[in-house]
Amino acid sequence: MAHEKHPLWLRCLHWLNVPLLALMAWSGLLIYWSNDVYPGFFPEWFYRIFSIDHRLAEGMAIHFTLAWPFVINGALYLTLMLFTKHRRELLPDAEAARNLKPTILHDLGLHAHAPPQGKFNAAQRFAYTGAIVLGFLQVASGFAIYKPVQLHWLASLFGGYETARFIHFACLILLFLFVLMHVAQVIRAGWNNFRAMVAGFEE
Amino acid sequence: MKKRTIISFSLLFLFFAVFALAYSWAWRQPELEGVPAPFRTVLEWNGKIWAMLYHPTRLSEAPAPAPGKAPRVNGDIGLEEEIDLAHWKMQVDRGDGSAPFTVTMADLRALPRADTATNFKCIEGWSEEMSFAGVRFSDFLKFYGLGIRSGKNWGANPPLEELYPYVGLETPDGQYYVSIDMASMLHPQTLLAFEMNGQPLSQDNGAPLRLAIPVKYGIKNLKRIGKIFFSSRRPRDYWAEQGYDWFSGL
Repeated sequence: MAHEKHPLWLRCLHWLNVPLLALMAWSGLLIYWSNDVYPGFFPEWFYRIFSIDHRLAEGMAIHFTLAWPFVINGALYLTLMLFTKHRRELLPDAEAARNLKPTILHDLGLHAHAPPQGKFNAAQRFAYTGAIVLGFLQVASGFAIYKPVQLHWLASLFGGYETARFIHFACLILLFLFVLMHVAQVIRAGWNNFRAMVAGFEE
Repeated sequence: MKKRTIISFSLLFLFFAVFALAYSWAWRQPELEGVPAPFRTVLEWNGKIWAMLYHPTRLSEAPAPAPGKAPRVNGDIGLEEEIDLAHWKMQVDRGDGSAPFTVTMADLRALPRADTATNFKCIEGWSEEMSFAGVRFSDFLKFYGLGIRSGKNWGANPPLEELYPYVGLETPDGQYYVSIDMASMLHPQTLLAFEMNGQPLSQDNGAPLRLAIPVKYGIKNLKRIGKIFFSSRRPRDYWAEQGYDWFSGL
């Protein structure tokens, strides 16, 4: 029997986020190239293959244009998440904390019985909440390095301009790892699960 | 349910197609100062938002580096010609049609000396603690009675609306030029600087006189000032012409 899984608003905001996040990350790399201070992180060939070099102005134009829809999308999501039943389905609770380890072990094939899955299982609750926190940190640290004088309080919260810049970079890498894991798990979970994020229902 | 699946996936593909088309359309638009018009429009809005939120009491302070520490050098546009430091003069154009006059280093040194130390920020991403000494730009304006549109005297503190909205600065050879909003030029840390890190300016850092404006990225901190002028219309700006954000405020 088919039943409803993801509401329309959630699906819209989720898919809007795909090109926005991709372009924010891409333009962020164009900016980072001009002062790639975190040693050895990207080798020369990485910049060459994706032709990232000497595109600072272009990167900034994209980054500071798409940052607005990206922030609005995130703010809409947070608001709707916090004020609908999606909150209880998503944020980790005591039960999710208990089930986190067995869920991961089951995923890795090291544990025979799957803990109760619900709409989101324990590992999903933690991973998705983590991604939301990363997105939030990304926006906050982004504003801190964008206007470190006018938003001096924000830059100070992050431990200063240089630290905020490092956090902005580290969150990008963590978000990238999240997306890799997310896509791999979606492929593993199969068609029924994937269709739910597009059409909204599951069979 | 099959119909719903087909419709939903079609809509998703349509969304990606429209997004891709809109994005590539934006990049094919005629350029406005080095960047396609739609992006330039948003950069200008961003500038307006941050000009509105700007507050002169917010400082960009940092501990001063050890005296004599050589400041990082980045860029030599406008510094290629030989310069005779002993006979250097700066041209000042009031913007009211009167003939420009000149200011010497001795004239500037006679004004009250001001210091500031900041974490200097380059638009490329690096930052470095630097200290500057020179003359506060607002003191310079008051002393020479510059920047007032109506030709009135400066008095205590004229409202911003009575001042020219833009200040232009150029190197003597005209190869490097910036324009900056008056509010940022009046910031207490904006200096006409002749010292960095406790030493007289080096040639590379813009001897004999440069602009230090810690509320802007380094690109606005013009070295080797040859000319200062005031304008009601935004003067040209070297890096804004290359596609960068004109406001470039921090």
